[in-house]
Amino acid sequence: MLTVRSLKSYYESICALKAVSLHIEKGEIVTLIGANGSGKSTLLNSIIGLIPRITGTILFEGKEIQGLSSYTIVKLGIALAPEGRQLFSPMSVLDNLILGTYHYYSFKNRQKLNDKIEWIFELFPLLGKRKKQLAGTLSGGEQQMLSISRALMSEPRLLLLDEPSTGLAPKIIENIFRTLTELKEKTNLTIFLVEQNVNLALDICQRGYVIETGQIILSGEKEELMNNKEVLRAYLGKE
Amino acid sequence: MNCPYICYITYISNHVTGGLMNIGIQLLQYTLSGITIGSIYAMVAIGFNIIYNSTGIINFAQGDFVMLGGMIAVYFYKSLHVPLFLSGLCAVSIVMCIGMLFERFAIQIVKNSSIITLIIITIAASILFKGGAMFIWGKDAYILPSFSGDTPFMLFGATILPQTLWILGFLFLIVSALTVFFRFTIVGKAMKACSFNKRAARIVGINVNRMILLSFALSALIGGIAGVIVTPITLAHYDRGSLLGLKGFGTAILGGLGNMEGAIAAGIIIGLLECYSAGLISSGYKDAIALITLLMVLFFRPGGIFAKKAEQALKSY
Amino acid sequence: MNSLLKTSYAKACLTFIFSIILMVTLRNPYYVGVLVFLGIYIIITTGLSLLMGYTGQISLGQAAFFGIGAYTTGILTTKLHMPIILSFPLSFILTVIIAFIVGIPTLRLKGHYLAMATLGLGEIVHIVFNELLSLTGGPSGFGNIPLIKIFGIELDNDFKYYIFVWAIVSFILFLSLNIVHSRIGRALKAIHKGEITASTIGINTARLKLYIFVLGAGYASVAGFLYAHYITFLSPGTFSLRFSILLVTMVAVGGMENIWGAVIGTSVLTVLPEYLRFFKDFDILIYGIILMAIMLTRPEGLYGIKIPLKRTGNNG
Repeated sequence: MLTVRSLKSYYESICALKAVSLHIEKGEIVTLIGANGSGKSTLLNSIIGLIPRITGTILFEGKEIQGLSSYTIVKLGIALAPEGRQLFSPMSVLDNLILGTYHYYSFKNRQKLNDKIEWIFELFPLLGKRKKQLAGTLSGGEQQMLSISRALMSEPRLLLLDEPSTGLAPKIIENIFRTLTELKEKTNLTIFLVEQNVNLALDICQRGYVIETGQIILSGEKEELMNNKEVLRAYLGKE
Repeated sequence: MNCPYICYITYISNHVTGGLMNIGIQLLQYTLSGITIGSIYAMVAIGFNIIYNSTGIINFAQGDFVMLGGMIAVYFYKSLHVPLFLSGLCAVSIVMCIGMLFERFAIQIVKNSSIITLIIITIAASILFKGGAMFIWGKDAYILPSFSGDTPFMLFGATILPQTLWILGFLFLIVSALTVFFRFTIVGKAMKACSFNKRAARIVGINVNRMILLSFALSALIGGIAGVIVTPITLAHYDRGSLLGLKGFGTAILGGLGNMEGAIAAGIIIGLLECYSAGLISSGYKDAIALITLLMVLFFRPGGIFAKKAEQALKSY
Repeated sequence: MNSLLKTSYAKACLTFIFSIILMVTLRNPYYVGVLVFLGIYIIITTGLSLLMGYTGQISLGQAAFFGIGAYTTGILTTKLHMPIILSFPLSFILTVIIAFIVGIPTLRLKGHYLAMATLGLGEIVHIVFNELLSLTGGPSGFGNIPLIKIFGIELDNDFKYYIFVWAIVSFILFLSLNIVHSRIGRALKAIHKGEITASTIGINTARLKLYIFVLGAGYASVAGFLYAHYITFLSPGTFSLRFSILLVTMVAVGGMENIWGAVIGTSVLTVLPEYLRFFKDFDILIYGIILMAIMLTRPEGLYGIKIPLKRTGNNG
């Protein structure tokens, strides 16, 4: 579904990703593990077209998407729930969701939009209760739910999640992740999950990659990674 | 810009009431003039706000959009003998195109430069528009006929020109249209979203560059409309834009940059201040009085008169 | 030798020598007259460049300080027949005091709000020049301002005045370069980079900004003094918002990051209209086109250093 080949990304003159290659198959949950500043978010931002200076190839469903603008990439079927949520804080929950449908919205398919919103409120009932509230006034967990929901509104086939668990209470994290697994089972959505919380990430994924200073140093199936000494030592704190 | 208008109004009022104007009527007269002029300021300020919201730039060519609107309408009406309303329509569409070209061929090219550079580019554009207008139409001032005659009518002894009602009507129209646009349409919401968080706008698949183009189109459009409707009262002249731009900028600041409701109220406040001080204190100092008020607001309430306390604490000015 | 040439002193001396060579080669009094104006403008834009380039603040009211300097010395010498040796310091001090008083509340503002405030102040001063008929002669202005006499030599032609003005320009450049290279200059750069960072490392940003603002006003006042005694006639039209905007444009065209940028920008935009006179009614149009072309092709200014593109996806 998604294939990244020797991707390099630059911030000004700093090379943040050094020839990263990975692939994600349809219906998988793949995770990317790494420490702060290892290039995790840069990778996601590069895929969605937010970083102008990249080299290498990114194939999405057989089509080269590197260098395309983000609105084209979103239209092709990739959505990102970014780090730090990046909501439109002074706008209502409903408006945030509607903006997620920007690329296919038209007056004619309003019904579809309403169904979609209903569906979101079934997934995250908490949001339904707050639909008129301004996004900036929501709690951290609700904001994260809204960020994921907004991404889902654009009908992605590949969902990129950037550290959804940051700053949230364990119970809320569990709630969100349960919803995500359910969603994946029901809709066969492909998810690429970037996490610092390695336990959590390895728990939900099928495969994973480990990134360090802009390079993929390790990849494998869930069990392989869970039993890998390096992973155990560096990310799970077990000797 | 309002001086000939006030003189004219005062002349008519004196004439009609036989020179004996009662102070109440006089005040009413000033109020009416103030609201009219304020509406124009408000329109210019709304134009400032739309571009500011999408780019963070203060567009010093905003006043020149107004000038161009008036000049082009006069050109269609007087030189090409196109009917008045059609001339206005043509003028407004052309100004809108100019606004879009300006964005595509100037702002877009250097959009990653510092804000000061971008502002200087709008100043260059302002000089360019002015130079172009002077080159094409010379240094004369032109007038358009009023949309529905020049026969004033009376309101409690004060005179109102029919054109005044057109101006107020158009302000109302523009504001309602913008409100509907920003509140109920997806494109309007997307534009608002861009002003709040450009990165997030990109993430949800909004074409931010197109939104910026649209914002220039919209403010040029509003500027053009203001130019057409005000020309019957204040004449069109190649150099009219600067002062209007200055007043519009002041209005936008007073109302709080980016705040549309604020711009309307601030426009009317500045218009009233000018007319009251012109009528009651001194016409030479009317601008100074308006400016001093503006400075006082800036010093004591830098977010504009309508900024909320909490908002002021968060923002830096 | 090389390092000696790099001192502010050497640079200022070289500027002066160069200006004299220029005068000798030009000879034509008309051109020399244009260059006298150029010198006067450079004095103002040097101050503005310190403010814009080194503190990142903007002033759209610089013409006001120029005007206050010019009008004060003009009024003192014609109405009160005061000698120039007294009128100069008085006009300078008055401008500095006014700049100081208005600077305190104004410089608390930033960005567009600061631009509006300085613009408003400039306009108010301009209106006062127009309306204070008894002192300023109103819109038609007043004349008969005496010429400057130094050591018994009256500066009664363009060449003498040229030398006088450019000596002062060189001195101002010397002063400004010294400021830039001093500890204060480095602190100023820090303000430009980020005010919060600067204040956390113990720089009193508010005070420094105010000093530079007042210094810029002082420069403008000196320029006003030179202008008044050169033209010997003052009217408010010179000190309008348009002139303030022109000054800011000069600095931006040359490049805000450097004082020499201001010198170059001022030279280009002062000499350019002289050539454009040839085009009569086109002149504003062509001026606009050239200005636009410069800003589009070199947004960092003619003398600016190309700043690497900041495209983190956050802005623009």
